[in-house]
Amino acid sequence: MSILIDESTTFIIQGITGREAVTMAREVLDYGSKLIGGVTPGRKGRAVHGVPVEDTVRAFTERTRVDASVVSVPPGFAADAVFEAIDAGIKLVVVVTERIPRKQVAQFVEYAQERGVRLIGPNCLGIISPGKSKVGGVGGANTERAFKPGKIGVMSRSGGMTVEIANSLSESGLGISTAISIGGDAIIGSTYAELMPLFDSDPQTAGIAIYSEPGGRAEYELAEYMQSSGSRLPVVAFMAGRFMDEMPGMRFGHAGTIVEGKADTAVEKIANLERAGIGVAERIEDIPRLLKERLGEGA
Amino acid sequence: MRFYEYEAKQLLERHRVPLPKRKLVTDADGAAAAAFDLGGPVVLKSQVLSGGRMKAGGVKFAEGAGQAKQAAAEILKLTINGLTPVGVLVEEQRTIAQEYFAAVTYDGRAKRPVIIFSDMGGIDIEEVAEFHPEHLSRTHFSALHPFSDHIAKQAVAAVGVTGNDLTRLTSIVAALVRIFFDYDMTLAEINPIGRLDDGTIVALDAHMDMEAEARRTHAALLQQLGVPESDNRQARPPTPFEIAAAKVDAADTRGVAGNLTEFDGNLGLIIGAGGGSLTLFDAVRAAGGRPANYCEIGGNPSVAKAAALTKLICQQPKVKKIAVMMNVVSNTRVDIVARGVIKGCIEAGFDPAEKIAIFRIPGSWEEDGFQILKKYGVDYVDRSVSMHEAARRAVAKMGKR
Repeated sequence: MSILIDESTTFIIQGITGREAVTMAREVLDYGSKLIGGVTPGRKGRAVHGVPVEDTVRAFTERTRVDASVVSVPPGFAADAVFEAIDAGIKLVVVVTERIPRKQVAQFVEYAQERGVRLIGPNCLGIISPGKSKVGGVGGANTERAFKPGKIGVMSRSGGMTVEIANSLSESGLGISTAISIGGDAIIGSTYAELMPLFDSDPQTAGIAIYSEPGGRAEYELAEYMQSSGSRLPVVAFMAGRFMDEMPGMRFGHAGTIVEGKADTAVEKIANLERAGIGVAERIEDIPRLLKERLGEGA
Repeated sequence: MRFYEYEAKQLLERHRVPLPKRKLVTDADGAAAAAFDLGGPVVLKSQVLSGGRMKAGGVKFAEGAGQAKQAAAEILKLTINGLTPVGVLVEEQRTIAQEYFAAVTYDGRAKRPVIIFSDMGGIDIEEVAEFHPEHLSRTHFSALHPFSDHIAKQAVAAVGVTGNDLTRLTSIVAALVRIFFDYDMTLAEINPIGRLDDGTIVALDAHMDMEAEARRTHAALLQQLGVPESDNRQARPPTPFEIAAAKVDAADTRGVAGNLTEFDGNLGLIIGAGGGSLTLFDAVRAAGGRPANYCEIGGNPSVAKAAALTKLICQQPKVKKIAVMMNVVSNTRVDIVARGVIKGCIEAGFDPAEKIAIFRIPGSWEEDGFQILKKYGVDYVDRSVSMHEAARRAVAKMGKR
């Protein structure tokens, strides 16, 4: 099993005729994902790598089952695209677009909650369940090497580091159950703590690796979840951006990555994660070793 | 993008929030004239983008024009957290009977905007939250459904405020919410809001941050406020190195090669992407290295763009060597970055084999990239060498400090 997606997941790409979306379409099709089409207003009748382009999301949902949509449109059009997907009844929306104004993110995140829609992102690379499907650009053209099927769930605020961490887990033999690039914005659709219950009930997943950064409260929420839920899964975290603790008020890396108060710092977050029994890796290559220790497997 | 107090107060005025009489001046004579015009005692406040002005000596009181002139001269000379004031705000000094705090921001955890209100204004709000939680309210509201003033009323009433103060504060807090939404703020704060001895309520100080991405949307407003486009409003002013890097990034829309922050070390870094840069910068420092800069490359920048950034970094006199490192890349092409950094090195007058301490970018088109690097004798590694190990090797090549 995997979470959120599997080999039967059908999806569309909104903004499919954009430069990056065209590449993404080819890569997900090459990977064997069930991409059934895409939407770009005014481009109905065209095809991208053999899948049809329509003007509206409803053109697909009216005639077939669409499990998910990947939103890859310019920031000024992203909120409307998310609303369109939700209004058309799609229950999983992955928002790749970055630099969407925060007010609009807050609006569509709230709308998704009201409609019971699972939202991933914005500012993310999507979801992959190795060997089954990927929904989004995560892993690019050489996905197989970095993402071997296995038993570790990955959640990361950085798209690039999702791949790096997956690669180290794949090389260690642990492999990946499902990896989710959750997005780097200050407000995101699904946080670590909100996705944990899905991993907890997934028999394939035996442990969790997370990538985190200064700024925001998502790591505190995860620590609370681990202490209150009785989760069966060992969790190992990597915290990047430790240097930022000395540079309050400056934004690095992602929109949500800024130290504005003590609770935003890497030092405070690490201490809090450790108090909750979460292992904190000093280096990426330590993540598989710490997970193996916790799983009772020697390195 | 943070606003100066005098700009934030202009926004409050547009939304009919009552304010003390005030005037922005840029020299001591101007302060004397302003104090004379305002009549009576005044308060003079340094206009810097930093908190802690009072503690640093950036806020002074004066009885008349003579004192105001002296105080302004001192404030204008005073840098606070490395920032030079752009002026002095001279305000009528009023007797304050009670102070309040109001802020609107996003709560990333609740994923909603929130009004934070307290009847203990003027002091550190985190302290109020910790030691006097009954004096602080947090009122989440919808970003999706229409905002209505009763939500502001709820926030104010929640700490026990009633009577005239409740109605007056409600309209101020409601105005603050509208400013927050209308101008794409990430923070809109008035602290303190003061009830004066005559019962009127005014905003005494304000802190507002607009989302950097929204600057273009609000270009007309920024023009009216006199904010130049080049004014980046970071926590410290940009260095010439940083300004040059921003130009490189802006000159070509394909991919990112910029977001450069200067440091005082000797190892130039060409690193990416967002999270990879954070990881690698830490890794260099953990290995005992001293970075000359932070930067971000990603999103598949062109050869020209990667070359321009490399050239700029190599040209810095303090940069002895550069390290080119990223996480395993998905959409950035290794061969394109390899071509770019080699070109940039050569254009700056250096031998890539000497100047590039290490190249560690695994991923798309890596075989083509490695061929090019081999041809120029550049030390490169593949994904079997971790980010931290690559950083350690680069630092080792820098020799002893």
